[in-house]
Amino acid sequence: MSTETTTAVEKKESLFSKKNRKLLTDPLDDSNPITVQVLGICSALAITVQVQQAVIMSLAVLFVMIGGNVIVSLMRNIIPDRIRIIVQLVVIASLVIIVDEVLKAYSPDISEKLSVFVGLIITNCIIMGRLEAFALGNKPGPSMLDAVGNAMGYAWILLAVALVREVFGSGAISFPGFGQVKFLPEGWFYANGGFYENNNLMILPPMALITVGVIIWIQRARNRSLIEEN
Amino acid sequence: MKALHKLIEERVKPNFTGEGKLKRFWVVFDALETFLFTPGHTTKKGVHVRDGIDLKRTMFLVIVAMVPALLFGTWNIGHQYYLSLGEITTADPWNAMLLDKLIVGAIKVVPLIVVSYATGLGIEFVIAGMNGHAINEGFLVSGMLIPLIMPVDVPLWMVAVATAFAVLIAKEVFGGTGMNILNVALTARAFLFFAYPKQMSGEIWIHDVMASKAGGVLADGYTGATALGHLANTVGQPVSGEVSNGVMAMFADGGMFSLMNCFIGTIPGSVAETSALAALIGAAILIWTGIGSWRIISSFIVGGLVMGVIFNALGLNAYMTIGPVHQIVMGGFMFGAVFMATDPVSAAQTNTGKWVYGFLGGFFSIMIRVFNPAYPEGVMMAILFMNVMAPTIDHYVIEANIRRREKRLAASAAVA
Repeated sequence: MSTETTTAVEKKESLFSKKNRKLLTDPLDDSNPITVQVLGICSALAITVQVQQAVIMSLAVLFVMIGGNVIVSLMRNIIPDRIRIIVQLVVIASLVIIVDEVLKAYSPDISEKLSVFVGLIITNCIIMGRLEAFALGNKPGPSMLDAVGNAMGYAWILLAVALVREVFGSGAISFPGFGQVKFLPEGWFYANGGFYENNNLMILPPMALITVGVIIWIQRARNRSLIEEN
Repeated sequence: MKALHKLIEERVKPNFTGEGKLKRFWVVFDALETFLFTPGHTTKKGVHVRDGIDLKRTMFLVIVAMVPALLFGTWNIGHQYYLSLGEITTADPWNAMLLDKLIVGAIKVVPLIVVSYATGLGIEFVIAGMNGHAINEGFLVSGMLIPLIMPVDVPLWMVAVATAFAVLIAKEVFGGTGMNILNVALTARAFLFFAYPKQMSGEIWIHDVMASKAGGVLADGYTGATALGHLANTVGQPVSGEVSNGVMAMFADGGMFSLMNCFIGTIPGSVAETSALAALIGAAILIWTGIGSWRIISSFIVGGLVMGVIFNALGLNAYMTIGPVHQIVMGGFMFGAVFMATDPVSAAQTNTGKWVYGFLGGFFSIMIRVFNPAYPEGVMMAILFMNVMAPTIDHYVIEANIRRREKRLAASAAVA
């Protein structure tokens, strides 16, 4: 969890100062919400079977995070400390309901596939965590950057996992509007007398866990600062 | 022999050590040298009298114990192949067309072994080179076990993928040989089972059975399904319904899957799992050399028998009415009990724990196979499950021991 506290900087700070840019880039690698803080894992495991689900989910989380962080940041001085969690929950829940209704209205089939996981964004620890740790103590501008950074950190892991799982599990990537991109000729598959077969394990939940694990492995091998001393 | 060793020590070894030309390949040289010659390592501290048996020689003895199963499996592949073509019948003596059978078997088995070892050892060499440590010998046994538990007609690239997955995810991630939680060979098989279900079930247990069927040369009534595959059809059927009676006829005396055939192993199945006899010979070698745990093997068998007796008493479908002894000689039960459950790394470590671990393993094996026809090979699931439970079992055994000794201490203190 970030140790950011209210900084009593009085002088006007540009929105894209070095410190603020770090808010955007840090969650992508050094403090990635999924691979380093290990938050929001359930949804990352559940909706990464297809790239399209991951994209929609990422967009939903991006919207809720930006909205939540900015609104809570605007209200940070009037929220009584004792009931702040409930206030945060109300904000997040309202935003999630908006997302859910929009999805149901405009792409009911995706909404069906994501099922309960859109609703569960409310309990996504990443969002709650950023509100608690950042938005409550910072101005709306940096809060928005923090939200974008964390949502992106969440999104790229989701997309990476979904890409691996869909390519090896289904042999093709389908995305509404772009049709289906097949990677192998039909003739290569067993059903057509070939030798290749899609990996069914990739579609099952355990493989999402293993894929995330492998990403963490690669990330730590590259970024030595993440390795704990013991 | 001594001269050869001297030659290697003086002429070959310097190339790999210090500033030698080939020092990057030291791990390879070291692995081969210590495999072929007893290493000259001496103890630096502590106990100075040590057994000459090290990890490599332990592993090698396990492979020796697997040889009967391997040879029988090779013969059986050919046997089933010619049976399926109708060129021989079950009434023919075992050595009819012996050479042909062995050749057909070898054509299928040798590539499996080569692919398994090449993939697994390749990964081990790369990782050892990257981390700069000597190569561990753990894969010697896993690499042999993997081909032995594969269906005959499994595509070779799938074996390679499964082996790579098992070595990386089940072993190297945890820290290599001796650190793995799960049995590596069974992980490879479980991977294939879930990843490529079509290639791991159905008519793949016999060499070329699909092609023979398409060509119309298959002997009458020969389907190529395993004993467990046939029995899975009876689940959900009335005990003496038409389906059940048809299947049970094959398991009666004189049928294809009679008790004797299942025990000897002249039935379709994975490469070396069919013969309970060969597995028992292996068990004798392992127990005699003190490498396999007799506690695990015997309690595993007892567990299977107990579950079989319970199912007999229930008798809800034809599968449950199979005799307990018949149950444990079918499928991979005996092979799993002898070679998989006894894996010293992933099994329970304490003696009491070994009894519990083995018993529950055998118990669940039969339970899974009867209750869930989708998982005919319950042995694999049961052993992997018990691998996960083993540390917990050990924990409670040790806790109980500590409590017992504390009580004893308190009692003796009270007396004094």
